[in-house]
Amino acid sequence: MILAWLIILLMVGGILAWIAGRFNANFARWIALLTTLASFLISISLWLNNPTTTVKATNWMMRYEVPWVPQWGVSFSLALDGLSLLMLLLTFFLGLLSILVSWREIKTKVGFFHFNILWVLAGISGVFLTMDLFLFYFFWEVMLIPMYFLIGIWGHANRMYAAYKFFIFTQASGLLMLLSILGLYFIHGSNTGSYTFNYFDLLGTTFPPAIGPWLMAGFLMAFLVKLPVVPFHSWLPDAHSEAPTAGSVILAGLLLKTGAYGLLRFVIPLFPEAAQAFAPWAMLLGVVGILYGAILAFSQTDLKRLIAYTSVSHMGFVILGVFSFNEWAFQGVVMQMITHGISTGALFIMAGFLYERLHTRDIRQMGGFWPAIPRMGVFASIFAMASLGLPGLGNFIAEFLTLVGSWQANNLLTIFATIGLVAATAYSLRILQKVFLGKNKAEHPLTDLSLREMSIALPLVVAILWLGLYPQPVLDRAKPSVDEQLEAYKKPTIKPEIPAQVTLQTLPADTVRLLNTKGGIHALK
Amino acid sequence: MENLLWLVPALPFAGALILIITGTRLSRPLVSLIGVGSVGVSALLTLILGSQFLSAGPTEPVYQQVVWQWFSVEGFNPGIAFHLDALSMVFIFVITFVGFLIHLYSTAYMADDDGFARFFAYLNLFVGSMLVLVLADNLVLLYLGWEGVGLCSYLLIGFWYKEPANGYAARKAFIITRVGDTALAIGLFMLFQLFGTLHIQTIATEAPQTWAVGSQAATIIAFLLLGGAVGKSGQLPLQTWLPDAMAGPTPVSALIHAATMVTAGVYLITRMHVIFELAPTAMLTVAIIGAVTLLIAGCAALAQSDLKRVLAYSTISQIGYMFLALGVGAWSAGIFHFMIHAFFKALLFLSAGAIIISLHHEQNMFRMGGLRKLLPAVFWTFLIGSASLAALPLITAGFYSKDQILWYAMAGERGNTWLYLAGLLGAFITAIYTFRMVFITFYGAPKSHVTHPPGPIITVPLIILAVLSLLGGFIELPHNFGHVVLFSDFLTPLLPAIHANDALGTSEWIFQLVAAIISLSGVYLAYVFYLQKPALQANMEQSSLFRAVHRFWYSGWGFDKLYDTLFVRPYVFLARINKNDIIDKIYAALAAIAQVLNRSLAQTQSGILRWYMMGVVVGALLIITLSLLP
Repeated sequence: MILAWLIILLMVGGILAWIAGRFNANFARWIALLTTLASFLISISLWLNNPTTTVKATNWMMRYEVPWVPQWGVSFSLALDGLSLLMLLLTFFLGLLSILVSWREIKTKVGFFHFNILWVLAGISGVFLTMDLFLFYFFWEVMLIPMYFLIGIWGHANRMYAAYKFFIFTQASGLLMLLSILGLYFIHGSNTGSYTFNYFDLLGTTFPPAIGPWLMAGFLMAFLVKLPVVPFHSWLPDAHSEAPTAGSVILAGLLLKTGAYGLLRFVIPLFPEAAQAFAPWAMLLGVVGILYGAILAFSQTDLKRLIAYTSVSHMGFVILGVFSFNEWAFQGVVMQMITHGISTGALFIMAGFLYERLHTRDIRQMGGFWPAIPRMGVFASIFAMASLGLPGLGNFIAEFLTLVGSWQANNLLTIFATIGLVAATAYSLRILQKVFLGKNKAEHPLTDLSLREMSIALPLVVAILWLGLYPQPVLDRAKPSVDEQLEAYKKPTIKPEIPAQVTLQTLPADTVRLLNTKGGIHALK
Repeated sequence: MENLLWLVPALPFAGALILIITGTRLSRPLVSLIGVGSVGVSALLTLILGSQFLSAGPTEPVYQQVVWQWFSVEGFNPGIAFHLDALSMVFIFVITFVGFLIHLYSTAYMADDDGFARFFAYLNLFVGSMLVLVLADNLVLLYLGWEGVGLCSYLLIGFWYKEPANGYAARKAFIITRVGDTALAIGLFMLFQLFGTLHIQTIATEAPQTWAVGSQAATIIAFLLLGGAVGKSGQLPLQTWLPDAMAGPTPVSALIHAATMVTAGVYLITRMHVIFELAPTAMLTVAIIGAVTLLIAGCAALAQSDLKRVLAYSTISQIGYMFLALGVGAWSAGIFHFMIHAFFKALLFLSAGAIIISLHHEQNMFRMGGLRKLLPAVFWTFLIGSASLAALPLITAGFYSKDQILWYAMAGERGNTWLYLAGLLGAFITAIYTFRMVFITFYGAPKSHVTHPPGPIITVPLIILAVLSLLGGFIELPHNFGHVVLFSDFLTPLLPAIHANDALGTSEWIFQLVAAIISLSGVYLAYVFYLQKPALQANMEQSSLFRAVHRFWYSGWGFDKLYDTLFVRPYVFLARINKNDIIDKIYAALAAIAQVLNRSLAQTQSGILRWYMMGVVVGALLIITLSLLP
């Protein structure tokens, strides 16, 4: 029940903030802040009350299910496991920061703004929690509409174009997913006689071989557009750069992660055969995204657009890891979802701070700001280093694990993905050089971070360092979920009919030796 | 005491953290105290650990300490764990001790700089990362230190960030070393796939049981590790960043780009020597890279006019000697040369720094001259450093360390005449460019005024390093000459000893004599050219061939231009033409098509009745025709 309350709390808080905003803008801000804080504290208590050490029969910490439209098999079904808990924590952590960064930035329609923020967060929490595909589609759309308003109302100059583009891309791909959900529903219904949208019932559905890939394609489209994967990424730079700071943080930090989450939660366990067949192509898309995004990021002159393209590059690692089907890669993907949310969210926040001071996002008008704003320089350097994958910061763990995992699956593509780290160095250092180093181009004196801004930036630094130096709590939390998603891939597809006869042979010393390694059997001379 | 091992890297990190957080609010003496003190205490701890280590007797002492489990995923569980054996002992001694002297020196060198606290924060961060690199017990933690020193190198090369050129040099260094790191990372993935762990000692024990000598997997991995090593150590083909790295403050060049970080590649190869010994092709490649690099960089050093760039090319060349030693399997000789080189090259850089601030940041040698009288203390220390670099026989440490390498390049099992000749020619070039530098800088007529004569905080570290550059060699003397083997004995349990070819055994003194003559004649040649008969030099400059060669060497054999054309320009070009994302244009085209259709269909909504009538009639006719068709 507490899971349902979590979502209801955000929705009610949103409506209250809207109403309160009509009287006093600060009421709306405080209501939004306290609502999100309450959700954050609830998810922390969920973490503390479910220690990973206790052995349980199921990795689901809690489930909540009431029938909604029983004649169609639709239920209001929520469930929480380690993965969704991690995602919830990230959601509310970044949610809190987005409200704090908007404190001064948003001055018009403050009540409606916070309504939209809270409803986006509610939609995202719903996506991370629901275990009914009909409800999942519902929440998928709930995220979309408030985000459209956030970009379209409070965005920068070209906001309407960006908002339309965002809406059309995600809506079109979402409809394809709806078709697939319905297809899944009817095939499962005709197979078993019970028509249901319940995730747990639908797991293990068998499809005619011609249908499976198409159903998967519908889901994939929605998730690949959201992630985004090249060539479906072009909504992202516009949406990110035109959105207000809070919008960019939520887009980069959370909305993209729903795509990654969808791949892990739905595509991988529902369509094991089709996913395996598609894997080399998906990994190729990932590598193309890593390199293509990095090259584009390198040439941008709009700071937020630059950061947006780094997201394209970093999300390439997600799809690379997801389609490697092993625990290292999956844990890397989970880490990447969290650390990218933090580091890129932080970079957008830095861009927002700069925009408040300079009223421009054009890095050609920046340069040499270090002596004026050294604190911001230190913070920005740390996040730029996180984005280039410096060990000791969280993103390194994510990328290293992903690459270790993907190496087992595909050597060649992993080599190209690793080259992406050089490209990441090039664009990350370019940010620092263009904004903070070189000759001072500030036309009027800049003020360094205020107390409020420090209180936003500091938790981000602590989080990214903690994830880089001691990520084990996160990995332990994610492990049961990761294992479950991998379940379908660990079972041998064909069982040998006769148990293999083991005979002891003596081999001449010179023969080829088979070495049983983590990644398979390797013949070595 | 050994459970204090973690403090050795932790103290400099703590110093860096304090300085980053409190930074500019602390007074300069306090900043110096934290910055120098943290490394000083680390050096003291190292000395205590070292004395324990030495008194432990003939058994192979190894201190291990797991500070915490970093992460653990499906059998992949690297720890924040340290491993101290003889090899890492040598390295942490050099890092903390030479590091301490350079920190001390920097308090005077950087005294007037605005970024005083920032400088010491970066420097401390560097020392901490470097210590992690050499103490790591697994390759992931080593990689952390490896990237950490890369970051600090970037931050310190670009320390004077207002000058865009410095920022460019810094980024160049970071990106080029990262190219090597990519190879290293792929090597780690492969090692993990084959061994299921990246724990160094486990790999070292299992590798010989898994692979036969010359096996393909071992060779590939050795080459990938070598890729990382050449990037960090400024060896061919990734050497181009190191001369530009001289944009950083001179103490940085001394610490990072001479004594410690650039030798990380030497450390990596030595640490993974088991794998290299299983891959003879890779070993030979290491030796050839070393030999070629030492010649190329030596020639480039001959043509430079900037004092620090001479020293930078000289560093590349001297690391080439270390690679040569490692490549022929003379592990201990390579490490010995690392240590001696750290002493004399740090000394040379710090002396150069003393000159540079005395002359108000003048780095061009040809605007110096006659400094022998003006800066006597610096002259003597610089001379000692140069003598050691040029390997003047008997009295300098550089002679003993280089002689050992030359000997094994010839007489070692993997050595051959070509490698030896390359080393010998390199020694000749080294002597020339070293004393060219000495004669131009310190002799002749003074061309500039000494504005800030160096104080004791600058001269004391110079004197200590000068003593080490002379006496450091006596802990390892040749077999036929004193036969002191303290250093190689210290490393022997860890690193396999090298056996000399018996046929050459008795003739070792001939080779030593040749080496001595070669280096002395190099000095003499420099003397003739730059002091005795400057006219000779002027004559040569008349020839166009000489000028072309000079230009070519001055530019570092044109590598910068080559890479610029091959990689940088195409990348930037690609990025620039695709700035607006060609893929986005496809969607824009879709939208445009939709709009065109919209407009053309909208025209049918004209409101003119006869067009609508026409439409109905044509439609009806069509339907009737279609339905009448068979």
